Amino acid sequence: MDDDIEIALTVNGEAVRARVTARQSLVDFLRYGLELTGSHVGCEHGVCGACTVRLNGEIVRGCLVFAVQADGQTVETIEGASDSGELADLQAAFHERNALQCGYCTPGMLLTAQALLATNASPSRGEIREALSANYCRCTGYHAIVDAIERVATERRQR
Amino acid sequence: MSDPLHPILDRPNSYIGRSVPRPNARRLLAGRGRYVDDITLPRMLHVAFARSPYAHARIVTIDSTAAATLPGVARVVAGAELAEVCTPWVGVLSHLEGLKSAPQHALAVDKATWQGEPVVAVLAATRAQAEDAAAAIEIEWDELAPVADAATALDATTPVIHDSLGDNLAWQRTFEAGEVDAAFDGADAVVEQTFEVGRHTGVTLEPRAILAAYEASEEQLTVYHSHQAPHMMQNLFALHLGLEEHNVRVVCADVGGSFGIKVHTYPDEMAVVALAKLTGRPVKFIADRLESFSTDIHARDHTVTARMAVARDGTIRAIEIDDLTGIGPYSVYPRTSGIEANQVVNLIGAPYGNTNYRARARVVFQNKTPMCQYRAVGHPIAVAVTEGLVDMAAAAIAMDPAELRRRNLLADDAYPAQAATGLRFERLSHHASLDKLLEMMGYDALRAEQASLRDKGIHRGIGLASFVELTNPSAMFYGVGGARISAQDGCTIRLDAKGSIICATGVTEQGQGTEAIIAQVAATAVGVPIEKVRVVTGDTDTVPYGGGTWASRGAGIGGEATVQAGKALREQILQVAGTILQAAPDTLDIRAGAVVDAADGRERVGLDEIARVAYFRADTLPKDFQSELVATRHYVPKQFPFAFTNGIQASYVEVDTETGAVRLLKHWAVEDCGTVINPQLVDEQVRGGVVQGIGAALFEHCVYDETGQLLTATMADYLVPMAFEMPDIEVAHMVSMTEDSELGAKGAGEAGTAGAPAAVLNAINDALRPLGAEVWAQPATPERILTALGKIGR
Repeated sequence: MDDDIEIALTVNGEAVRARVTARQSLVDFLRYGLELTGSHVGCEHGVCGACTVRLNGEIVRGCLVFAVQADGQTVETIEGASDSGELADLQAAFHERNALQCGYCTPGMLLTAQALLATNASPSRGEIREALSANYCRCTGYHAIVDAIERVATERRQR
Repeated sequence: MSDPLHPILDRPNSYIGRSVPRPNARRLLAGRGRYVDDITLPRMLHVAFARSPYAHARIVTIDSTAAATLPGVARVVAGAELAEVCTPWVGVLSHLEGLKSAPQHALAVDKATWQGEPVVAVLAATRAQAEDAAAAIEIEWDELAPVADAATALDATTPVIHDSLGDNLAWQRTFEAGEVDAAFDGADAVVEQTFEVGRHTGVTLEPRAILAAYEASEEQLTVYHSHQAPHMMQNLFALHLGLEEHNVRVVCADVGGSFGIKVHTYPDEMAVVALAKLTGRPVKFIADRLESFSTDIHARDHTVTARMAVARDGTIRAIEIDDLTGIGPYSVYPRTSGIEANQVVNLIGAPYGNTNYRARARVVFQNKTPMCQYRAVGHPIAVAVTEGLVDMAAAAIAMDPAELRRRNLLADDAYPAQAATGLRFERLSHHASLDKLLEMMGYDALRAEQASLRDKGIHRGIGLASFVELTNPSAMFYGVGGARISAQDGCTIRLDAKGSIICATGVTEQGQGTEAIIAQVAATAVGVPIEKVRVVTGDTDTVPYGGGTWASRGAGIGGEATVQAGKALREQILQVAGTILQAAPDTLDIRAGAVVDAADGRERVGLDEIARVAYFRADTLPKDFQSELVATRHYVPKQFPFAFTNGIQASYVEVDTETGAVRLLKHWAVEDCGTVINPQLVDEQVRGGVVQGIGAALFEHCVYDETGQLLTATMADYLVPMAFEMPDIEVAHMVSMTEDSELGAKGAGEAGTAGAPAAVLNAINDALRPLGAEVWAQPATPERILTALGKIGR
């Protein structure tokens, strides 16, 4: 079970080679193998969304993908998406509107919001709420998160 | 507007009352949080636990031979061995007279008393290897009859969980005031109901997490802990491991949600620190979600039979309640599991002037996950019962429920006031809050809309819930009962060499915005721009002694300590400035980071220059002058044991009578927490709290079968509110400051959770009442609603 398997992938734009166990999840590999601890582990069974990362541009649950499945693929985490600046307006809106409290769900929320806005430039509040329903937040009650995303959608349309 | 009792509110360039964004939130937004599981120490081991699969069972033998040989395994430790390192504890407090509990060990010794109790610890190189080995431990069990149902826990035929205690009654409280029987006998109407509030739990998105390291050469224990009360844990770790308290350092950095879940002592966490001491290697434990559901404290689980007497004019004449709650097999250490029932007794009827009150609360042991304090402790139950009775009484005498409240709420000019139970209220604003709420929601128009939709077969309901909330607790909450839980808190502020300030506070941050509000208060009290403030929290080595953040105490108590420390530092800085400027310190002030003439605001010297002279050119100061540029102050509420706040909420719902589904259309909250330091942060505390309360009202339930097996142990089975089903929540404020502090702030962290379940249940019943149906059991699931409607079998 602990046999090492070699994988090669791109993480946040950098080429990575590593040996992983067959059973290691992608999020555990990112967190413990690469020390990218911004992706969080909340339930380990695909419900809470705290481990959301991008695999080949699509958001996935890092706990439901094995690290070996990412072999040859491209992975982006909150660290990469944050450092590239692509989330800057969302981050600023979340900050100003206090659309986060403990911050544990926040990286997943940001990546999910970004995915929503990529496909729907003018989502209604209901559509925002629906898109976020795969990501749990226990602190905010969601209202502020919806406000922040709604504001960014408006700002991006006006750009 | 000069206020002699609250001069801090008159400071120039004040940040108090401004929605300043949280300084520490940017880091979290960038994915640079530092939660316990993000920390790795050299030679670190991971621990996994073999846990009891039974609710109640004797341990016959433990065979770890196979487990010990698995890859990566460093050590396997069972209860008896660990008990030599870590002494057991008993969760009682002397002011809850008669409360009893049994000694609890870090790992079960002899028998397990709930499904999920840790029995054997396995240390291995990785978490996966530790889990593999934990699964390979062979335990032979002698299954015992479980005590699953609180209702029969006291029956003579029910087994006693702890022989040494004699029975399963942990605690009982009775209370009586006024002429209860006479009031019921003479009432125009009496309403009666049994209210159920199901077991639920906090579901912090970051599970419980702890990393402990022990350095034997210095007898030093360092613990990184996802927790709310670092000094409390410092004391307990030292006490139970036989260490000197000053040699124990507890660090609570980023905490991924707490809500009261992370303010207790957990046996598996005590095991981790004991294992670190035993092995001399760092040990990390991160609960998985199954462990969270079966071992994080649960809350509520109350069945309350209650009745209310009311006169034809709407006056509440009397209330009587009988509360039964099952708390699991132990009273949780050190806060005990009696507090929630005690709060139910204390808070029932508290917003109203009723003087005839009789209550009984019984707290019983059972073989389920231990139950203890979770956000709003007791309030959601007391409010659901009181406000449910109020709505039933209004229906019984055909009076509008808002009007019945108006006729009974304590008058806004009647303070200080005292409840039937003896709670003392310094100043509340029930009537102003009610008026504000009705205005916000457009109550009359909403009633008209409800009536017209009813004619079309659409069943909407409006629910109101008034309440008081206990905040800023003094030592009367825990300390008086013997717990070493600090009610006071401290703040140390230092002027740095470049003229900025560093502020260390005993209250902790779990996302509420503690660091933001402490920065706002410190910046205001000293007189510097908020960009020049850095706040340090959560490290017993560096912050003043304090209680941490719980019971809505951070702003009111931590904030006031910061006011006083900031003012003291300002005076010290002005002493130095006066010496440099040859001016009397009382003619000077500090504004926007510079020393100015108090009279006209003319800038005299920057704080960076004061610091430069004091720290690097003390030779230029008089020989008989010593600058002091750090100040510490502490604060504890003195005049009142608790700073009670009040609030009122309303819920507007639509019930689908075919499916039993409840759609939340809108929620309103008016909150009076005294001085509002940061309006946006208070609003967000209220909103988050409301949604946790809605979760309790509609979704969240720890369901057990009759053998004490938890059936809702995944996030797919245990439902928490999701974005799509939550309403927008409108929040407004009243301000009744406490005169116990200069800041005047009371707490706001639990009000949302206190009031929301009652508002939602009342709204559902308002929708159902014309159909002859009622639902008073939480969560009000579609199944319960359809059953009440007679559409599915009972």
